Amino acid sequence: MEILIPVIIVTIIGLVAGLGLALASKFMSVPTDEKQEKIRECLPGANCGACGFSGCDGYSEAIAKGEAEPNLCAPGGAEAASKLAEILGVQIDTNPKVAFIACGGNREITKTKYLYSGMMSCAAANLVHLGPVECEYGCIGYGDCFKACPFGAITMQNGKPVICEDICVGCGKCVNACPKSLISLIPKGTTVRVNCSNKQKGANVVKVCAVSCIACGLCERTCENGAIKVVDNIAVIDYSLCTKCGKCKDACKRKAIV
Amino acid sequence: MNKVTAITSILLAGILTNNMVLSKFLGICPFLGVSKKVKTALSMSIAVTLVMVIATAVTWPIDTYILKDNLNYLQTVVFILVIAAIVQLIEIVLKKYIPPIYKALGIYLPLITTNCAVLGITLLNVQNNLDFVSSLFNAFAAGTGFLLAMILFAGVRERLETADIPEFLKGLPITLIAAALVSLSFLGFAGIGG
Repeated sequence: MEILIPVIIVTIIGLVAGLGLALASKFMSVPTDEKQEKIRECLPGANCGACGFSGCDGYSEAIAKGEAEPNLCAPGGAEAASKLAEILGVQIDTNPKVAFIACGGNREITKTKYLYSGMMSCAAANLVHLGPVECEYGCIGYGDCFKACPFGAITMQNGKPVICEDICVGCGKCVNACPKSLISLIPKGTTVRVNCSNKQKGANVVKVCAVSCIACGLCERTCENGAIKVVDNIAVIDYSLCTKCGKCKDACKRKAIV
Repeated sequence: MNKVTAITSILLAGILTNNMVLSKFLGICPFLGVSKKVKTALSMSIAVTLVMVIATAVTWPIDTYILKDNLNYLQTVVFILVIAAIVQLIEIVLKKYIPPIYKALGIYLPLITTNCAVLGITLLNVQNNLDFVSSLFNAFAAGTGFLLAMILFAGVRERLETADIPEFLKGLPITLIAAALVSLSFLGFAGIGG
């Protein structure tokens, strides 16, 4: 008999708590949008934040409410965007992007300014006289972008990050990580890129790096479509006009276009 | 006046001398787990404080009027059950009526369900024979003490992020050492507030 009372008490408390919760969840349930759940399933779930929302949940909520475009998901790319467009019944244009590091320098080509022995981070090294690399626009090579990539698309080779474009989904995390702002998102499948970011005058650029753009303008004159222009002492390609003919590549004597 | 003195003493003891984390070593799990940033530490501690007060408000009557003296041994089991249910209920209510707070507390609410600091404070309240009002203040003080410890430690950890730590101490080891030092500093409060 003695054991019965505690058993009954615990059972009753358990029942009250259970029933209370059941009732509460029934009467106070917040209806979740069916559309939102469907949208959430189409997203990759990397929670990278490239869309500008707090993660895949936040983004799906914003799409369901009509506050966001369905083509903002970089990791999901065209596949996710087309699925989302199907759910929403809208047409969207998809152009996948990849990250590109506009610097051709590495440990062998670029000279060193001083011996750096601080925190092994580009952001930290950049604070000390703009980094140990002679070219003050060039890649420092301590791999801040490598650490930032959530997909393992960046590997460090010979002290320089290399982006594997098959893995890269264009989320743009590395773009923000680079203290030199060398990384940009460019359309996937392009074969012509300016591999330098040095905005100094030609003479100064030649001193610090062998594969640099000296703003000679040869590419600009070679291009038949007017797709390449020299702006601020650096060649810039307009990918909407570029036909991938590759003539600028051959014309460049500094091998700065790859 | 006597009551004011008693409550002040409870608050002082709960926040400083008998700090939940740093001198009773309860709630170490969130103390180490959620203290990487000051902002998350703040959300977590506010949620813990809220749950502590509500849990005490519910468990104290249960202990006094249902369990009484002869069923004391059921305290732990019943309290765990009740606290888990309360946390779930709070979550549902917040989600329905105050979505901003629900979003701010987010994942921290369910984490508290089995937090030993919450169970600890409810058990300590009834074991020390505190009356209802004192229990509530004690719970609030414990929560505030938890908040203080979390914020202090989160500050320390944010500094640790940029410190040059020897390889073998990186990660958890240095965190534990830092926690020990912070805890040690709280020994200095011993004696305040009786």
